[in-house]
Amino acid sequence: MSLHEPTTPAFKANARRALDDENLQLALRGGRNGFVSKRAAARDKLPEFDDLRDQARDIKNHVLANLDLYLEEYEKKVVESGGHVHWAETAEDARNIVLDICRKADAKIVNKGKTMISEECGINDFLADNGIKPVETDLGEYIIQLRGEVPSHIIAPAIHVTVDQVRADFRKAHTHLPEDRDLTELISLQREARGVLREKYFEAEVGITGANMLIAETGHSVIVTNEGNGDLSQSLPRVHIVMASLEKIVPTLDDASTILRVLARSATGQETAVYNTCSKGPRRAEDPDGPEEYHVILLDNGRSNMLGTEFEEMLRCIRCGACMNHCPVYQSVGGHAYGWVYPGPMGAVLTPSLIGVEQGGQLPNASTFCGRCAEVCPMRIPLPKMMRSWRAREFEKRLTPSAVRQGLGLWAWFAKRPWVYRRATAVGAAALRAMSGSKGRIASLPLAGGWTGQRDFPAPQGGTFMAQWKAGKR
Amino acid sequence: MPGPRVALFITCLVDMFRPSVGFATVKLLTDAGCDVEVPDAQTCCGQPAWNSGDTATARDIARQVIDAFEGYDHVVVPSGSCGATIAKDYSEMFDADDPWRARAAALGAKTHEITSFLTDVLGVKSVPVAAPVSVTYHDSCSGLRSLGVQAQPRALLGSVEGLELREMVENNVCCGFGGTFCVKYPDISNVMVGDKTRNIAATGADMVLAGDLGCLMNMAGKASREGRAFKARHVVEVLAGDLDTPAIGDPA
Repeated sequence: MSLHEPTTPAFKANARRALDDENLQLALRGGRNGFVSKRAAARDKLPEFDDLRDQARDIKNHVLANLDLYLEEYEKKVVESGGHVHWAETAEDARNIVLDICRKADAKIVNKGKTMISEECGINDFLADNGIKPVETDLGEYIIQLRGEVPSHIIAPAIHVTVDQVRADFRKAHTHLPEDRDLTELISLQREARGVLREKYFEAEVGITGANMLIAETGHSVIVTNEGNGDLSQSLPRVHIVMASLEKIVPTLDDASTILRVLARSATGQETAVYNTCSKGPRRAEDPDGPEEYHVILLDNGRSNMLGTEFEEMLRCIRCGACMNHCPVYQSVGGHAYGWVYPGPMGAVLTPSLIGVEQGGQLPNASTFCGRCAEVCPMRIPLPKMMRSWRAREFEKRLTPSAVRQGLGLWAWFAKRPWVYRRATAVGAAALRAMSGSKGRIASLPLAGGWTGQRDFPAPQGGTFMAQWKAGKR
Repeated sequence: MPGPRVALFITCLVDMFRPSVGFATVKLLTDAGCDVEVPDAQTCCGQPAWNSGDTATARDIARQVIDAFEGYDHVVVPSGSCGATIAKDYSEMFDADDPWRARAAALGAKTHEITSFLTDVLGVKSVPVAAPVSVTYHDSCSGLRSLGVQAQPRALLGSVEGLELREMVENNVCCGFGGTFCVKYPDISNVMVGDKTRNIAATGADMVLAGDLGCLMNMAGKASREGRAFKARHVVEVLAGDLDTPAIGDPA
């Protein structure tokens, strides 16, 4: 099975496995509060942070209302600069466009800066199946490529891996280095990866990067990285391919800078990422470096169907990862349990949009609606509200499990009849009270094994409030 | 001068599991000069249906609650979660041109969680009780993020003589209850509540307080299974001076 085949319907089983995976739990708990405290500190240092969030939201809302116009403008600018724009309606279209460009360039090796759109399209497997070697140059992406895995986080793809595991992976993969080398310090791991990857930059004929934003007024694509790998991936090979989804467009350079101000702070708590790089068109005569060919692949893959629906606001997402960094469910099970490219709260909304609610419906259910994701989202995307909208779609399509439907139906029948409800709750409270004996809690409750398997069920005090109030108690 | 007519929305969990929370709420309201009534035609706020995507049922129940409660000056709820459903979600259940939407919004505007009603609406600054205990406070999600309940319970607790508040780490992180979440995803819920009980225990406080009985039953149930020493109580119990009623999950 391809790594990109969704396992979203098996979310529960995936989650169970994740909870039992000691290394994963170690890795998740190690990183748990770093992102949270750094984001909070960055926000506190910028009094206008919430105003910037409003501005960023408004910019993207304006773009989404005029998406066709801005896309045409962007395309015009890219073409004027000598670049090519390819429209990919589906992931398959995008794969074929990439392969076609690589074949024309006679590419054997393709370097990759971090791109989630490439993950969405399954580019690595596809290139490998066609005899072209993809090399990930982002450190996290490189680690998971060595491990034969997919990213578990949209900005920290190897966050599920422990440092000890990385050490072992490097020793296994980098057999050209002395076996007795010292990898104790983190910096030694970084140096080793840097050394290995440096050589790759000069071997690749094609470099693929993603884009954090596409600027309509200028035709630039913008990437945000901390390692500089994106810059090398896009400027050294002869051909540069930008893979981006339609909604990455922003009107102006000023708009891009507004969004950059909330992006880094929300993602890593940095005031700005180390590298914010613009690229546009192929190398000009006066440029010291740059690619000979410049291609942009604009992927739709279901996004235009979200326009005008209750899920349109999801297209404001700038992929900072703050929602998953603050999500207690994501922090418990990690990203792979979500079973497709996009994990956490943003994945719980986006995944059903892109692969269908029949496949992705588990994800918007796996939330307590605690609201922490919406609280930190720099683009003010109402994530829980949209998860609820997916649940409503499921309910309408009768995809909600029948046990849940029947339970709800029974409960609703009583809840709509206060007098019957009164009697039923009185009987229920008395029965539960009797079951608890004098202990005040119940250790095992029929039909509630999910609860009582791992926690006690506190017993009712006996007698409902409504009955006691009616009887005159105050 | 008669006090404001306040309707108590008791919530299904308090009604069935812990009526003493209801009586503590009534005491706090009465002490603050309110004329408290408990409308008969109440069952549940409808949140289970709303959050399960059963919008039609949620709407039916919302109409029932609006009918029963809209005639009062205020509606007070001993739960941020049920309170948020009435105050925030009801108006979203109806289309813009549905006359129920305006009625829902009007009801929402006068519906309050108990501690914020006392402080923000009535201006209560202190409660005349003593409780020589150390407590930690869990911010239940809906109250915190939908209704902005955070400072209010702490301000009132600060006025309790002899009470010491010890904040836990991640006090604003979900306990894993999440309504139907805890039965749909019990494994994940269990890990979340396990993190919570560990954080509570690390404060060394005698008890955890919160404003929502669902979260409290979850935390108390986990703590009792783990054999933890701390107790769990609804915040109004302490504010009303009721420490005699056995804590949640304790023997009678």
